[in-house]
Amino acid sequence: MNRPLYPAIFAAVVTLILTSMMLGIQLKTEGINLTLQSASDFTWYSIAGATLAVFLFQLYREPLSNLIKLPELPSLTSILPAGKKGNQLKNLGIAFVIAAALIWPFTDFSNRGAVDLATLTLIYIMLGLGLNIVVGLAGLLDLGYVAFYAVGAYTYALLSLYYDVSFWIALPICGLFAATFGFLLGFPVLRLRGDYLAIVTLGFGEIIRILLLNWTNVTGGPNGISRIPKPDLFGLEFSRRASEGSMTFHEYFGIDYDPSHKVIFLYLLAIVLVLITLFVINRLTRMPIGRAWEALREDEIACRSLGLNPTVVKLTAFTIGASFAGFAGCFFSARQGFISPESFVFIESAIILAIVVLGGMGSQLGIIFAAIILTVLPELAREFQEYRMLMFGLLMVFMMIWRPQGLIPKSRPHIEIATGENAR
Amino acid sequence: MSKALLEVSGLCMRFGGLLAVNNVSLSVHEKEIVSVIGPNGAGKTTVFNCISGFYSPTQGSIVFDGEQVQGLKGHKLARKGMVRTFQHVRLFKDMTVIENLLVAQHMHMNTNLLSGFIKTPNYRLAEKQAMENAVLWLKKVNLLDFANREAGNLAYGQQRRLEIARCMVTKPRLLMLDEPAAGLNPNETQELDQLICNLRDEFDVSILLIEHDMGLVMEISDQIVVINQGAPLASGTPAEIRQNPDVIKAYLGEE
Repeated sequence: MNRPLYPAIFAAVVTLILTSMMLGIQLKTEGINLTLQSASDFTWYSIAGATLAVFLFQLYREPLSNLIKLPELPSLTSILPAGKKGNQLKNLGIAFVIAAALIWPFTDFSNRGAVDLATLTLIYIMLGLGLNIVVGLAGLLDLGYVAFYAVGAYTYALLSLYYDVSFWIALPICGLFAATFGFLLGFPVLRLRGDYLAIVTLGFGEIIRILLLNWTNVTGGPNGISRIPKPDLFGLEFSRRASEGSMTFHEYFGIDYDPSHKVIFLYLLAIVLVLITLFVINRLTRMPIGRAWEALREDEIACRSLGLNPTVVKLTAFTIGASFAGFAGCFFSARQGFISPESFVFIESAIILAIVVLGGMGSQLGIIFAAIILTVLPELAREFQEYRMLMFGLLMVFMMIWRPQGLIPKSRPHIEIATGENAR
Repeated sequence: MSKALLEVSGLCMRFGGLLAVNNVSLSVHEKEIVSVIGPNGAGKTTVFNCISGFYSPTQGSIVFDGEQVQGLKGHKLARKGMVRTFQHVRLFKDMTVIENLLVAQHMHMNTNLLSGFIKTPNYRLAEKQAMENAVLWLKKVNLLDFANREAGNLAYGQQRRLEIARCMVTKPRLLMLDEPAAGLNPNETQELDQLICNLRDEFDVSILLIEHDMGLVMEISDQIVVINQGAPLASGTPAEIRQNPDVIKAYLGEE
């Protein structure tokens, strides 16, 4: 009992100092002077209570945490039967989920707001999956991922503004452009490791944002770019009235105009993009380059001794990861119709990184879940107003204590050979 | 005599004020096993690091297969056919045994993104060959039963063998082993002894070896180079080294 006493006292003192500074003393303006004013007695009692609570909690943390055993999440592999049958079941499950996601917006269970939120979630899933290549697979900590997202978004916005390029043509260009930025940034900085790389990427993210903010005559600066055209379906627009020389969706099919068509279309488009992303990344991880990423994360020196060029391997991870952010950015600006540097601040990078870490580094399913939680939860908790972010933070803290390996830890597609122990 | 595969002459490596390697020369001929021995801290591993491109030597020349290679990066040297193991096992621990061997063949494989993406016949063939090559080597080092295990879960001796197999799947011409017998029991050392001789006889690799186990060194080496405090002390056949008074002095101390 001797050991936790000091930390407990320390924690209590810190709590006391912080709370009395922030809650106990208030600054009041009287005329032109500032005066210090003590808070009400009730506040002081609350502060004392909080201090005591922190003290007791720290003192009895160990017995408490032993008392409350959080249930272990079952791993997916243990639920699914092994072998071929398990695979079939898994494929069936995936097909079912995709079908459900596709049908959902047309059912009564959805409304316009929900579909819109789902679309946003899908964007975050895409971003999470893209960053997962860099952080989860190749093990490079990237704190400026949002920069590539911004590059993608602004590429489409500027192309449509100045050159009238349509969404479908801009989409690959955005991916390519973001990839180019990834390559250009990666080339000089990938010699750095770990923390140093994180700082440089952080700086890069800020550079891009500040550039967008200050290059006013091209990007519109803090005013952003508005009226970015929405994607069309083979030339059919989703607006009330068609622009010159084109047709709208509802005219073509002879139905009444309904603004939710556009929302649902964007949602379905996002699903298709996410599915493509999933497919591509799945393929990549099974290819030699995917193996090389993982090997590099585990031991760079061993990689070099086997003839793998670490710079090239890192660069591919960085470039491919960036390209997905570019696609996501392009879709984002098309969906919003308006973008400004506000959308690409550091907190966005942090949220995307949180999605990757919370979901379980390298685990695609985990990332999908984490993205859903991290975007839907703040929306659901809207009624708690300013306590929303507090709850959000608490959830993250508990999550990391409870399950530091992430929601669904990575289960890599191991390559297995039929010989050896499982053949017997 | 066959021609020299590796010719190191006048190798010096300086770290600030410390001359870690001073004027070391050695040569490895084809299908030869050369051992580098010396007391702890003599600079054996530094010599290794210089040759294999992990350090850039301060002075001296390294000629591999008739080509000047000093100062080249490690991965470039590996592509030329010079691969090494490490004093401490450096496997990809979270990957399976077979995946370790597949990664090692990266440089021989079709790493073109597009062809892997649409799985061209060429790509499939390369994957298949890599797999076969890996299986062949797993058989060789007696690890086939463990192919789908994670490498980190293998016993230490098995990890050592896997590391050698991982080098061999790259089809090297010169294999550099840094204390392969460290931490092995006498039985395992005996097996290693046979494995190394077998590699040379069957797969035409030359082997450069750092080792403390004198029994192993004396038995399998064709040539021995003794290094003491960074400087070359003696070189010759095992029989010559055993008789050399300087070597005895360095190892056992003076009366």
